[in-house]
Amino acid sequence: MMRFIPVREAILGSAILILLVLVASRFSGFVAPSNLANVFNDTAPLIILALGQMVVILTRCIDLSVAANLALTGMAAAMINVAMPGLPIPVIIAIAVLMGAFMGAINGVLVWKLSIPPIVVTLGTMTIFRGIIFLISDGKWVNSHEMSAAFTGFPRTVFLGLPVLSWIAIFTVIVFGIMMARTQFGRSIFAVGGNPHAAVYTGINVGKTQFWAFVVAGALAGLTGYLWVARYAVAYVDIAGGFELEVVAACVIGGISIAGGIGSVGGAVLGAIFLGVVKNALPVVNISPFWQLAISGSAILIAVAFNARSGRAKGRIILKSAEATQ
Amino acid sequence: MTTHFAPASPSAVVSMDLITKTFPGVKALDQVKLDLYPGQVTALVGENGAGKSTTVKILTGIYQTDGGTIRIDGDPVTFGSPNDAAKAGITAIHQETVLFDELSVAENIYIGHAPRNRFGLIDTAQMHRNAAKLLADIGAPFSSHTQLRELGIANKHLVAIARALSVDARVVIMDEPTAALSHKEIEELYELVETLKAQGKAILFISHKFDEIFRIADRYTVFRDGGFVGDGLIADITEGDLVTMMVGRSVDQIFPDRDHDVGEEVLKVVGYTHPTEFADINFELKRGEILGFYGLVGAGRSEFMQAFFGITKPSKGLCRVNGDIKVIRSPAEAVDNGIVYVPEDRGKQGAVIGLPIFQNITLPSLGRTSRNGFLQLAEEFKLAREYAERLDLRAASLDQDIGNLSGGNQQKVVIAKWLATQPQVIILDEPTKGIDIGSKAAVHEFMAELAAQGLSVIMVSSEIPEIIGMSDRVIVMRDGLIASELTGDEVTPEILVRHAAGITTPTESVAQ
Amino acid sequence: MTDTATTRHIPDRLNSRAARIFKSWEALLLAVAIAIFVVNSFASPYFLNAWNLSDATFNFTEKAMIAFAMALLIISGEIDLSVASIIALASTAMGLAMQHGAGTPELVMIGLTVGLLCGAFNGVFVTILGLPSIVVTIGTMSLFRGISYIILGDGSYSGYPSSFSWFGQGYIYWVFTVEMLLFVIIAAIYAVLLHKTNFGRVVYAIGNNPTGALFSGIRVQRVKFILFLLTGLMSGVAAVCLTSRLGSTRPSIATGMELEVVTMVVLGGVNILGGSGTIPGVVIAAFVMGLVTFGLGLLNVPGIVMSIFIGLLLIGVIALPRLWAMAATRRKA
Repeated sequence: MMRFIPVREAILGSAILILLVLVASRFSGFVAPSNLANVFNDTAPLIILALGQMVVILTRCIDLSVAANLALTGMAAAMINVAMPGLPIPVIIAIAVLMGAFMGAINGVLVWKLSIPPIVVTLGTMTIFRGIIFLISDGKWVNSHEMSAAFTGFPRTVFLGLPVLSWIAIFTVIVFGIMMARTQFGRSIFAVGGNPHAAVYTGINVGKTQFWAFVVAGALAGLTGYLWVARYAVAYVDIAGGFELEVVAACVIGGISIAGGIGSVGGAVLGAIFLGVVKNALPVVNISPFWQLAISGSAILIAVAFNARSGRAKGRIILKSAEATQ
Repeated sequence: MTTHFAPASPSAVVSMDLITKTFPGVKALDQVKLDLYPGQVTALVGENGAGKSTTVKILTGIYQTDGGTIRIDGDPVTFGSPNDAAKAGITAIHQETVLFDELSVAENIYIGHAPRNRFGLIDTAQMHRNAAKLLADIGAPFSSHTQLRELGIANKHLVAIARALSVDARVVIMDEPTAALSHKEIEELYELVETLKAQGKAILFISHKFDEIFRIADRYTVFRDGGFVGDGLIADITEGDLVTMMVGRSVDQIFPDRDHDVGEEVLKVVGYTHPTEFADINFELKRGEILGFYGLVGAGRSEFMQAFFGITKPSKGLCRVNGDIKVIRSPAEAVDNGIVYVPEDRGKQGAVIGLPIFQNITLPSLGRTSRNGFLQLAEEFKLAREYAERLDLRAASLDQDIGNLSGGNQQKVVIAKWLATQPQVIILDEPTKGIDIGSKAAVHEFMAELAAQGLSVIMVSSEIPEIIGMSDRVIVMRDGLIASELTGDEVTPEILVRHAAGITTPTESVAQ
Repeated sequence: MTDTATTRHIPDRLNSRAARIFKSWEALLLAVAIAIFVVNSFASPYFLNAWNLSDATFNFTEKAMIAFAMALLIISGEIDLSVASIIALASTAMGLAMQHGAGTPELVMIGLTVGLLCGAFNGVFVTILGLPSIVVTIGTMSLFRGISYIILGDGSYSGYPSSFSWFGQGYIYWVFTVEMLLFVIIAAIYAVLLHKTNFGRVVYAIGNNPTGALFSGIRVQRVKFILFLLTGLMSGVAAVCLTSRLGSTRPSIATGMELEVVTMVVLGGVNILGGSGTIPGVVIAAFVMGLVTFGLGLLNVPGIVMSIFIGLLLIGVIALPRLWAMAATRRKA
């Protein structure tokens, strides 16, 4: 039953390993389990968001509003906590997820029912969500001393050696692994992106699938919103500014085709981890952190060029002689 | 009232009655009827544009009818979506396989109705077991775990058939299933059809190949230009009668008489070869000649033409235009050398939908209608009008979007676009596919007129009457190679079919 | 004359020019712009002041310069999200040159050249390697700004020669700035290029059907490469103006401007999927965005809240006609 690991993921995995070995040769402490755990924890929000973005990109859409969604739900969660410090954390998380899902649904409805191109929709909602943060917060920050200890403490609580934040990321990865491989919705996502025309023939509603992809991405952005604000113990208008592009970058590096239909949970996770390792390794090996942006940019270009080369469609083979040699 | 239609036989699984479907500018189906019986193969016969694929799309719920009734077991139904058709037990195996390259064979078979485990998740193990059994039943030589992308056309058809079996369909539609298959694969497909028949499934079989129809079909239904012509049992009809019903007129009536006034050599093609699509293509073309390219769908004719026009890159080959050796690496260079190409896929490759008619016509001639790179609208309208009127274009205005024209008129605009460049050689790839009879005759007449004026024409066509009626000389291609070159009395339907299909002894059906 | 009897006459156009203009997107947008202008002049006594209005143009002139080139690129079916990063890199290159004693003419040359080179870099990836432009330019967006960060870190360049400040701070006459003049000239050039030349026609053809354009003998990849060059060049021009106006360079310069440029283009009626749009539309969209920002600014509405209006405008102007059409077909059925 075991399927061999697809080539794309294997190459990316090896690239990460080589990176770790190189860093370890300069500073062996980097690959100590405790430090790797820190790197993973630091990358957890990116992993969660990359999974949501993956689902959207697989259906031939893109969601540029995830970071704004994250910031808005984060602010809302923080303000709810300030107003009602006694509200249990699970309730806050539920509110954040629902809020995020609702914002995703707005994107989804505009794409599904009005057929507005996803890039336009999410460009618009991105600025609107950011603006709303200012309206509800009046431009003020919510600082750590205003938040309850339970609120900020939850993602950092260590459970079986890892912080809850890391566990949530791991849990999300498992859920998505099952969802993409073993549910009707997961397979429909691949079908819609891979061949929307054929999807219609098999009775799959393309627009509706895209709608639910946006809802899923929104829900994850909402969840991350709470985690982000609680972990950094601060909420303001500009948190996670520009993070949407890092999320897209993680997907592209992870081999998810912007044209839809091609990609995997493993790829998205590895793409995010690659960016996380680069970010955390730079200071260790005495390279200025200012190199990070250029490195991730180059990684995107290399990844997209590589994937295009390996994924190029073969022409129809008509010649019998050519067929024999294939 | 339309009482001249016989009432549907009570035993029919599906009966379509008085079905009408209209698209902007064209009536695709006009009160047609079609009955499908369990355990029998019904062949739907008709020329290109007769309404066959529209019928398939209605039966599979992609299109909704504008009038008429569909009955399943005698009860009227409406298919609002492909899901409704699937629930009614109707499934289709399409000409262009519509499956998912990125999914495994088992997932392709079971998408939409995979077995679930007790958690509501897809039971992959069960799914692969079921798929493996289905594949074994139809003798498929690959595993259910294979990625679909790794399979060839014939094997993809097997997956589609397995899918049809997996939903326990009562009606299986096969839309030109043998078009891209080899001889051996076709034989295997026939055996499968027999299996499906034995299981009591009603099969709608769409094919252009008469030998095939007489070999496996039990019944026939003939459409012509979107209308119903007749139906009955295959045993009661001869091939000749079926052709007459399908075409509705004798061959020489449609095609213009031409004087064979052929001049000196204009084009010589030597040794064009492509790694996978065609090899060793050699021919010459003379001034004022119409050279037909015949072959079955997928014989490599269009692939060669597109490589010759500079769209794809051949691995070797050269050509001589008016005696000078030329290298053509892009369509722009082909046009510069007076060679133009009217593609088969009009909507995607021929017309620039979204641009008005006059801009489509002047697109390759902008250098002549402009001054120093600046547009001269008056000049453009003048040129566009000249050619639009020569081709007898029917349009409200030259500023109208080409997308609003009927297929035939779009084709006229595409031809006008190329004639405006004053080419030496025009390649027409299936020039009358999917256009109405009136425009068809106009295109044929115009083609003859152009040749008479000294233009050299290469015509790729899969329609035998068109090939015979229009060509001075015919090249037959098979499996990416030139099978034969025919002139004069050699150009008969029998010889064309035999050379295209690679049959060495006369087949029974053609010999009848 | 003799064959008019036998051939059918097809008119050139059915709708008059006036009717087409009246029904156009541009007319609707212009009405919006005028409405905003009127509302603003009632809302704030400071609005109808020549100097205030002049200052307000800085809100959009630099973005609009890029938007014109971006409009052509988007009409052709591609996009460039790296424009703001090109500004950062070009500005950094100018700062570096300035530190090595380059004078104003050299600085301008360097700014424009870096812009062109960045455009060429994008163009190579998209047209020669055949990669999707949205991914390529998300990559170069990080790469170009990343190089600025490598060079500058958290530092900055300042102390540009005083003659250099003319581009971003100079006035031609009374309240008319150098940037306004550049805006007008560039708008005119792009309007002519898109609407009056063969090149512009080909851009539309490619955007409507790239395959059809290729099959019509058009050198599609070459045209797209030129469009990336032009977008890079205009980002270089914007870099000169912005650097000159601010008088300093930081690697974070013009962050997020790419999205404002795209918004301006889409608001101007350019179809994000390619194939249609006009330069006058983009000009009006630039004024609409400038007026909204300026007017709300006078009312002490913070910038971030204005972005809500811009976002609503962007979605609203596309959604409303579609909702209208849906309602119309429903009523008919």
